[in-house]
Amino acid sequence: MTRRAGRVRALAAGAASLAVAAAALAAPAQSALDPAGPQAAHIHSLWHLMLAMCALVFVLVVAAAWIAVLRHRDRAGGAPELGDDPGRDRRLTRNVGLATAASAVGLLALVVASVATDRALAGLPHEDALHVEITGHQWWWEVRYDDKDASKVFDTANEIHIPVGRTVALTLKADDVIHSFWVPNLHGKKDLIPGRTNTTMLRADAPGVYRGQCAEFCGYQHAWMGLLVVADPPDEYARWEDAQRATPPEPTDATIAEGRRVFESTTCAMCHAVQGTRANARRAPDLTHLASRRTLAAVALDNTPGNLAAWVQDPQRFKPGSNMPPVQLPPEQLGPLLAFLGSLK
Amino acid sequence: MIDSVLPGRGDAFPSPTEDARVAPLAVERRGLVGFLATVDHKRIGIRYIVTGFAFFVLGGTLAGLMRLQLAVPENGLIGPDRYNQIFTMHGTTMMFLFAVPIMASMAVYLVPLMLGTRNIAFPRMVAYSYWVYVIGGAMLYVAFLLDVGPDAGWFSYVPLAGPQYGVGKRSDFWAQLITFTEVSGLLVAVAIVTTTFRLRAPGMTIERIPLFVWAMLANMFMTMAAMPSVMSASTALILDRLVGTHFFNPAEGGDPLLWQHLFWFFGHPEVYMIFVPALGIVSAIVPTFARRTQFGYPAMVISLVATGFLSFALWVHHMFATAIPDMGKGFFTAASMVIAIPTAVQLFCWIATLWTGRVVLRTPLWWILGFFFILVLGGLTGLMLASVPLDYQIHDTYFVVAHLHYVLIGGAVFPLFGGFYYWFPKATGRMLDERLGRWNFWLFFIGFNVAFFPMHVLGLWGMPRRIYTYSAAMGWGTLNLVATLGALLIVTSVALFIVNVARSLRSGEKAGADPWGGETLEWRLPSPPAFGNLQSIPVVTSRSPMWSPEGIAGEVRGLASQPVEVLVTSGLDAHPDHRLSMPSPTLWPFVAAIFTSIMFIGSIFTPWAVVWGTIPIVVAMTAWFWPKRGEVRRNRALEKAPRLEDA
Repeated sequence: MTRRAGRVRALAAGAASLAVAAAALAAPAQSALDPAGPQAAHIHSLWHLMLAMCALVFVLVVAAAWIAVLRHRDRAGGAPELGDDPGRDRRLTRNVGLATAASAVGLLALVVASVATDRALAGLPHEDALHVEITGHQWWWEVRYDDKDASKVFDTANEIHIPVGRTVALTLKADDVIHSFWVPNLHGKKDLIPGRTNTTMLRADAPGVYRGQCAEFCGYQHAWMGLLVVADPPDEYARWEDAQRATPPEPTDATIAEGRRVFESTTCAMCHAVQGTRANARRAPDLTHLASRRTLAAVALDNTPGNLAAWVQDPQRFKPGSNMPPVQLPPEQLGPLLAFLGSLK
Repeated sequence: MIDSVLPGRGDAFPSPTEDARVAPLAVERRGLVGFLATVDHKRIGIRYIVTGFAFFVLGGTLAGLMRLQLAVPENGLIGPDRYNQIFTMHGTTMMFLFAVPIMASMAVYLVPLMLGTRNIAFPRMVAYSYWVYVIGGAMLYVAFLLDVGPDAGWFSYVPLAGPQYGVGKRSDFWAQLITFTEVSGLLVAVAIVTTTFRLRAPGMTIERIPLFVWAMLANMFMTMAAMPSVMSASTALILDRLVGTHFFNPAEGGDPLLWQHLFWFFGHPEVYMIFVPALGIVSAIVPTFARRTQFGYPAMVISLVATGFLSFALWVHHMFATAIPDMGKGFFTAASMVIAIPTAVQLFCWIATLWTGRVVLRTPLWWILGFFFILVLGGLTGLMLASVPLDYQIHDTYFVVAHLHYVLIGGAVFPLFGGFYYWFPKATGRMLDERLGRWNFWLFFIGFNVAFFPMHVLGLWGMPRRIYTYSAAMGWGTLNLVATLGALLIVTSVALFIVNVARSLRSGEKAGADPWGGETLEWRLPSPPAFGNLQSIPVVTSRSPMWSPEGIAGEVRGLASQPVEVLVTSGLDAHPDHRLSMPSPTLWPFVAAIFTSIMFIGSIFTPWAVVWGTIPIVVAMTAWFWPKRGEVRRNRALEKAPRLEDA
């Protein structure tokens, strides 16, 4: 009996130390437990409520089962009993009935809490919302900033800047297969489905870079289909927006001009677009302001000159199955091309 | 040799092994032809179980490979192409080739024994279903080894699995595997339902049916209602891929969400088709080791049936992130939570049974206690997933991976292992070793929690499912390594189980007819039961025929043994109705299964296979059903009411 109790304690201690060890680990890069906006915060509170209720139920049920086993141990195994003791069975019926009723009440409470949270999510004020359209591709995110004035519309990819404190209304579409838009620190996920248009709303209340990732299996490079949501203070956001709308100036540097010619005349231009050049294909990320982005290849690589060179020459090394072909150019063309790409601030 | 570890009141009967009434009806043909031609539900059931277990080992091996790949960030062990095939094969194997068929095969073996009859209904059909199943599974693994294994997930969402993005034949093999497993699953369902309704021992009225059989009955009705949905979905997918229809192509008026609705309308009940039989196993083991009858039999039965119905009202909770109207979200949230109630009722009734019993803690019961712990945790995380807002965050993350393994391994694999330990002596005549059994259990229990509990945290930390690797910067490395170590413990545990089985088959302690002092009729037969199960059919007067002093009031004699005759009884009251000759062993189900498989596999490559491939199937089935003059004459002569000798 004591040996068994000791075993229980050891198990409990093991579970507790596991939980502590888990909590002590470094804060993860993207987390539903670290909300940075009202949507994620609503869900986070619901999580706490559910966790508390479920933990309580779990402890009660497991304890009841364990006590039931330990109450009358019978090592030898006596003759079976047909269980016809009306008084005892009435008591059992009452207790099972009470436990069931309690479960039903608890479940009802969870349903109410869940529906209330869902309503709160839908109630995010959105009168002056920023409208952004996101299209999922294998394996990158096309981002279009909408505006009533068509000349103010601009495209980018994989990195979404938003103003802190302002609601962002996202229109979600898919170009090929189903993807799912998910930035856990800001909100739960919503699918991007071919042939359909979904919407979702979120807001960041603190400046920061929030990482997100495709959450619906979409093929070879599902694992590396990341995105960044960069929440900037409003004035900084306005500056970024202006910069994104600007068309890159005509290159004055000869090397960059040569790089632009290479970009326009080789395979690059078959998929990518750079505003102000002859390259305007939309099968791959818009590169107009590539050099202003933090990452390359849908958050797979930091945006450094070395990474850019490596990625352009052998994308399959980093993302096997990616739709980007290796670009095999002689050094006298590759150098200027990379210089040109690096100039796209 | 031990007659009995635990005494049962069944000991009042003469030892069954010495009893002429349960001696073999006839010696069945051995050898290769006998193997292929058998229509004995026990031989078919055992080969079904062994095959299902082999697929469990294969699927587990694939899981081990995934855990090795994910153990450290940016691991180069397995690339995305192979990894996608591996996780698709793992899910497909565990769902379609292990969990559902092995539960059905437990029914094939046990239901006729528990009901006190000589064979399963439609035994040739059940034999056919086995061959179709095993050939389908072999096809999938051959495709995998040839690098054309399916790679779009076990759920095979379109358009990823459709003609435009799922290139090659990979998804066709997946879709055709569904055809194989559905055909075999539906046929077994028909056989079990018919056996339960018409082949019960006289006196086993509807309120005396063992809970295990009730669970299987509910399961088989769910199978019959759910499988047509995935059949139509996978057929539409095959048509889209093979002949260019547009069921799922949005550009031509099709809809990718149609696939999700059809798939999950099957897929969610499927989870319960794995879980409900496991509840039956628990209800068989708990009373035996609590040394008392199950408390709350009517509530248990109603809960099983209610679970069956409710399981069809939840499928949309797999699709909350696709954007569902508010009313719909509310309804499916509520339905997903309500289904917890019948499970809770059963849980409370088991606890009440143990509470008022005198508990004998042997290996089968350990597995059931593990089931309580793990299933309750998995059920509670299920409530979290039922909540729409919370689901937005944890859907398609490792939280779901944790949840589904808690409910499927805790809810089905643990009871199944309990069932293996419990019925192994019945099926083989030898006990499994108790010490190895405890090691088997504890390694699995600890390994399981070490492997899967951290995944809850990983999911909340943003780790999506189905990724072949992750960046070191994500902070997921440590917990993934812990999970991989847990998986290694599980592998060790399963290896110990195989050692235990191998040792017991060779030199295990001999089991008597009733080593546990069981409650139901299978314990009345010698271990293993002889061909044809029993000479005379017991007349049952109690829900616990082996425990109640007058549980078996007498016996029905006079059934022919060559060919095997069974007693058909009425559906509700189990009144004797008529005698029926069981079909004799024959090779035709095997041959028909070969031809069916050729047609199914051929139609992966050309629609003409359906046309030409049907012809040999028709020929084989005609031969199978061709009436034999002698049999017809004998059956006519025998059509008379059976004589109740002692009743």
